[in-house]
Amino acid sequence: MHANTPDPAEQLDPVPLLDVKDLTVDLLSRGGDGGSVHRVVHGVSFTLHKEETVALIGESGSGKSISAMAVMGLLPATTARVGGSARHQGTDLLTLPPDQLRARRGKRIAMIFQDALSALNPTFSVGFQIAETIRAHEKVGRREARARAVDLMARVRIPDPASRYRDYPHQFSGGMRQRIMIAMAVALRPDVLIADEPTTALDVTVQAQIMELLAELREETGSALLLITHDLGLAAGTADRIAIMYAGRILEQAPFEELYDRPAHPYTRGLLAAVPRLDGDLDDLTPIPGSPPGPGALPSGCPFHPRCTDSRDRCATQPPMLLPVLPNPPARLVACHYPLEVSGA
Amino acid sequence: MPDDPLLLEVRGLVKHFKAGGLPMGGRRRDPVKAVDGVDLTLSRGSTLGLVGESGCGKSTLARLLMALDRPTSGTVLVEGRNLLALPSAELRRRRRDIQLVMQDPYTSLDPRMTALEIVREPLDIHRDLMPKRERATRARELLEMVGLDPGHAHRHPHQFSGGQRQRLGIARALALRPKILVCDEPVSALDVSVQAQVINLLKELQREFGLSYVFIAHDLAVVRHVADEVAVMYLGRIVEHGDRDTVYSRPAHPYTRALLSAVPDPDPHRRGATGRIVLQGDPPSPSRPPAGCAFHTRCWKSQEICADQRPLPSEPLSVGRRQVSCHFPEN
Repeated sequence: MHANTPDPAEQLDPVPLLDVKDLTVDLLSRGGDGGSVHRVVHGVSFTLHKEETVALIGESGSGKSISAMAVMGLLPATTARVGGSARHQGTDLLTLPPDQLRARRGKRIAMIFQDALSALNPTFSVGFQIAETIRAHEKVGRREARARAVDLMARVRIPDPASRYRDYPHQFSGGMRQRIMIAMAVALRPDVLIADEPTTALDVTVQAQIMELLAELREETGSALLLITHDLGLAAGTADRIAIMYAGRILEQAPFEELYDRPAHPYTRGLLAAVPRLDGDLDDLTPIPGSPPGPGALPSGCPFHPRCTDSRDRCATQPPMLLPVLPNPPARLVACHYPLEVSGA
Repeated sequence: MPDDPLLLEVRGLVKHFKAGGLPMGGRRRDPVKAVDGVDLTLSRGSTLGLVGESGCGKSTLARLLMALDRPTSGTVLVEGRNLLALPSAELRRRRRDIQLVMQDPYTSLDPRMTALEIVREPLDIHRDLMPKRERATRARELLEMVGLDPGHAHRHPHQFSGGQRQRLGIARALALRPKILVCDEPVSALDVSVQAQVINLLKELQREFGLSYVFIAHDLAVVRHVADEVAVMYLGRIVEHGDRDTVYSRPAHPYTRALLSAVPDPDPHRRGATGRIVLQGDPPSPSRPPAGCAFHTRCWKSQEICADQRPLPSEPLSVGRRQVSCHFPEN
């Protein structure tokens, strides 16, 4: 079918760089009673296009980090079962043999972790660790790998990179360590970068530096960025599209401005009202009653219904699907039986 | 009440920590100047927000306020009395007036105690406050006061959510009817949807019981919602202090400006609207703070004098009672 009017979906590159469909993660635990299985990710789907920044936002335990780990094949097979598909340029990462996955991971799809101190090896110098990343994927000599590592350290603005090459992770500040992690991640110019709470352990002034650097590098390398965060403000500053996660599901997905101006899901509206601001209303904040459910105690139907002010009978029994919101499909999706009015432009 | 002593007054407070022993073959290391000359006051029923990044000395200051640590020099006066100069029995009694709410509700509650025992424990320690038979009733009242179901009194901490645990911590801190609560990052371990519940609870309790808070946090947006006055700390010193609205709408110290501009704003229409200041470099080590103004190494306005002379706090402004320690303040 060839329509003349441009479909909003067609404006994006038709084949996404990363296409995650119906991702599920079950965690197995071995207890005294023969063990139990908890589903922590319930059919998550999202896409990431070339040069795009998408933010997965959610509170702790919402399944955002574990979804990213599942896509990267970083969950231990003994305790986690992953279902669905995660196609990176057409190749399903979830069914790829381990050696092929390893070749792709780090080179074409790379990850930045929250806690650089525990993600870096304390017994090797940072420079060596960057050079090792390069040598693991490309046939280059030590000397060349070293030169490239020093270049990368300069690019992430480590002062005096040549002499700091030999320093160990503990000799760097938190912000500088995160820069080293970023240098390792972009070393092989991956086309997909996954940043899992890259600034959560850092102070605000340092956070601003790191986010600026990430945005710059993303632009320079033309890669796509999947930003995982709990901070709406951080996402607002960088993301083109946002997916809001709750209890292992995506509840709403939209371009950020639309989501901010006209949230379609009551949870999104609640989140926006609960965030303390630097400007605006100083009256009491409007919290969401209750707290997020644990993986072992998921409510029936819509996972948000016990905390939702708009919930009705159907919400308790029937889980809503993630469906397009009129009038702007398919960029806007919401999983709610009674979404909020969004048409008033 | 001009003769009434201030509820809390801090004068020239300094706390230096000796750094370790002698490392192998090394020189004696410099002491860590965690708190380096702090003056503060807190009036009844109001909230002082203390803002700063990690390592600026805000938690050390909290410990000094609570008389849990002895300052290197300077004094902390609670209603005109220096707690650390009191005989120990008297100190014990006076400690009731000032209580602490800790950051992490996961590690600050004894996992083997029930909610009721946790809240009741302070009453069992300060035995003269009420007879034994009344304590359990009072503990249940406290649970209800912070919005917990008294029916859950026999649950253990792990059976509560993070927000509920923080409520427990608050109930425990309130058990002795303190006048001052020192809250050290009370909401930073909580999710946004729950954070607002705890902030609102603290504000309600303040309105109801006329409590005064020292609210320590790194999150400027959170502090704006609770504080009447704000003090901004950098490397053990207060660089700016004043009424909330003055500090937030017309920050005078370059560091305050940079901090405010670095807070991510969820409003996408303001993306890039506020002149964002991205500071270069990291905060220097508190064991070797720069000479002169501690901020001059990262400051875009710094000149020669900043590296030589430590700026003194300005005379408080009549409007907004603002004091700033900067050679080239703004606004």
